Amino acid sequence: MRATVTIDIETCKGCVLCVPVCPPRVLVMSEAVNTKGYRYPLLLDGCTGCELCAKVCPDYCFEVYREPLEERRAGGEAMST
Amino acid sequence: MNQPLAPPPGMNKVFDKPELLLRTEHSLCPGCGEPIALRLMLELIQELGVRDRTICVAGIGCYTAFPMIMDVDVLQALHGRAPSVATGAKRVRPDAFVFTMQGDGDMVSEGLQEVIHSAARGERFTAVVLNNGVFGETGGHATATTVLGQHTKTTPGGRNLELHGNPIKISELIAQLDGTAYVARASVHTPSSIKLTRQYLHDAFQCQLAGRGFSFVEILTMCPTDWFVPPEAGPGWLAEHLKTTYPVGVLKDQATNA
Amino acid sequence: MSRRVLMEGSCAMAEGALQAGCRFYAGYPITPSTEILEYMAVRMPQVGGVCMNAESEIEAIGMVWGAAGCGVRSMIASTGQGISLMQESFAELANAQIPIVAVNMGRGQGDYFQATRGGGHGDYRFMVLAPSSAQEAVDLIQEAFYLADKWRNPVLIMGDFLLAHTSELVEFRPRAEPELPPKTWATTGAKGRRGLTLSPLGPSEKLSTDIAAALGKVTEKHPAIKAAEVRVDSGWVDDADLVVIAFGFPGRFVKYAVRLAREHGLRVGYVRPISLWPFPSAAIADAAQRAKALAVFELNAGQMIEDVQLAALGRVPLHAIGGISQDHSGFGVGPALTVENILARIRDVYPRAAA
Repeated sequence: MRATVTIDIETCKGCVLCVPVCPPRVLVMSEAVNTKGYRYPLLLDGCTGCELCAKVCPDYCFEVYREPLEERRAGGEAMST
Repeated sequence: MNQPLAPPPGMNKVFDKPELLLRTEHSLCPGCGEPIALRLMLELIQELGVRDRTICVAGIGCYTAFPMIMDVDVLQALHGRAPSVATGAKRVRPDAFVFTMQGDGDMVSEGLQEVIHSAARGERFTAVVLNNGVFGETGGHATATTVLGQHTKTTPGGRNLELHGNPIKISELIAQLDGTAYVARASVHTPSSIKLTRQYLHDAFQCQLAGRGFSFVEILTMCPTDWFVPPEAGPGWLAEHLKTTYPVGVLKDQATNA
Repeated sequence: MSRRVLMEGSCAMAEGALQAGCRFYAGYPITPSTEILEYMAVRMPQVGGVCMNAESEIEAIGMVWGAAGCGVRSMIASTGQGISLMQESFAELANAQIPIVAVNMGRGQGDYFQATRGGGHGDYRFMVLAPSSAQEAVDLIQEAFYLADKWRNPVLIMGDFLLAHTSELVEFRPRAEPELPPKTWATTGAKGRRGLTLSPLGPSEKLSTDIAAALGKVTEKHPAIKAAEVRVDSGWVDDADLVVIAFGFPGRFVKYAVRLAREHGLRVGYVRPISLWPFPSAAIADAAQRAKALAVFELNAGQMIEDVQLAALGRVPLHAIGGISQDHSGFGVGPALTVENILARIRDVYPRAAA
């Protein structure tokens, strides 16, 4: 996979601001709740590492990771930032 | 409490919380826009290399919960009084990077006189107002920036022209004063607006660092709790009701003669 | 080499403050404190400091809060009404343990409660010092900056119209001050350390919510201040039948009247509190044990007399021989403030009965 995010589900307050801003639509809210009682986002396949979820999150729950550019080039995938 | 999360092997971390954020947990509501503004401010302080000489003068509101998680010196002021405190601080420590962090209730209701006088005197600090059109911390009461038609606990049924008068467009008021060097209004309800907010904050901070004079940024933020909407409806409410009264953009920029 | 100069009281106090290292002043014109602002506007820039003519008293005290919070010796002056406006900030900066020096050039002596009872909300106290001459005002204001820094507590100098406008010979004596610890609590930029918070609402350490401990410090120091910082002047108390208690410039009139009374064979003494908070209760209690009666001369409807009452504990009769006294100016310098009147009132209440 070329990108992913880690989600601090215990800090999440279930505001759902991240879900609609995700361009590839890979965030969905869980059915389960965290220890505070909030639903939290789950990551499906297809994250592009665009960082929009992290930027809108009021609780700093996301860290965003991307495959280094060289490895992506070597792997023959289409380039993107 | 945060558990360290295992980073995926072989990947670069491209986005992390700000270095100057001491803890991600805070007591603000789900969907609040203020922590987004805080993130931008902390990122910029780090980026501009001014952490060691930063003095943040904080007002009283929901954001008063932020000083304890910000790794910069914070001088806590009273409701409405941050501009005079910032004046004293910057005048005796002109090399410090001084900015206020206030809400609309704090700055435009209680403290209107203070910010106008500081701006007119051209004090060399940056004033930042987080405008959600409501007194959030006390539970949803009208401020001087509550928009017409907005329901609050003190404008039941909606702010009414005859009963409650008009809201104050603080950025426009400040921009009129000679001696203000940079005035801009931004919002944090969409990713692109967040990006613009970051740019305006950067330019306002730079205005202070370049010694050009009083700089001012108004940031429209979501307050779903005291707008009485679900958190996910915050951005839409801001776009439909707040941003329509308070247009975003740069109102004044001495550097470009805007 | 020190020399004496003829200066108006307000100006002498302002100069004394500058010589004590005050480098920030903010004020708002209000009679009879305005001359301090005028003096600072000229002299402050000369010593590399900042003087602000703020647009309101509330903004002025905010500016002083900001400057003092950054570790700079800072001062403000006003009169009773202006001090009233500043009370929220006074209370809260005291809770933040920010040291400042405030001056009340009062109209009359009606601001005793305001000064000594806090005036604002909460359990904080200002230390209050009341000079009775321009020289004493110079000495006390210099000491005030030291005391404020020592205790991290605001200090208020209680003056009045006469102190403000009487010109006297004053000497600016260099003071040997015991060394004070560096102001590590001040917001100076977090170079080489974690950021700190300077707040009336809670602790200075980040991530801490121990509000009780932080605010506890505000009042925990009161007993120590009371033990160490009482200042009082007294005379002819040992064999006095009547002891007259007065503060400030009127205290000087009372001292003169007491001397005259002695010349006329009356066994009168005086106690002049210099520190109004902490109040010199021990000196009053001592006088109450020796004398047959106490009298309080103050230009108000009866304020310090309550502290005298508490200290004397009803041992001897207590007479109020002052009162509100106004002339046409409204600044509280009225006909009651004459030696003749005070002497007459002393005679009125002098105890005739044998011991």
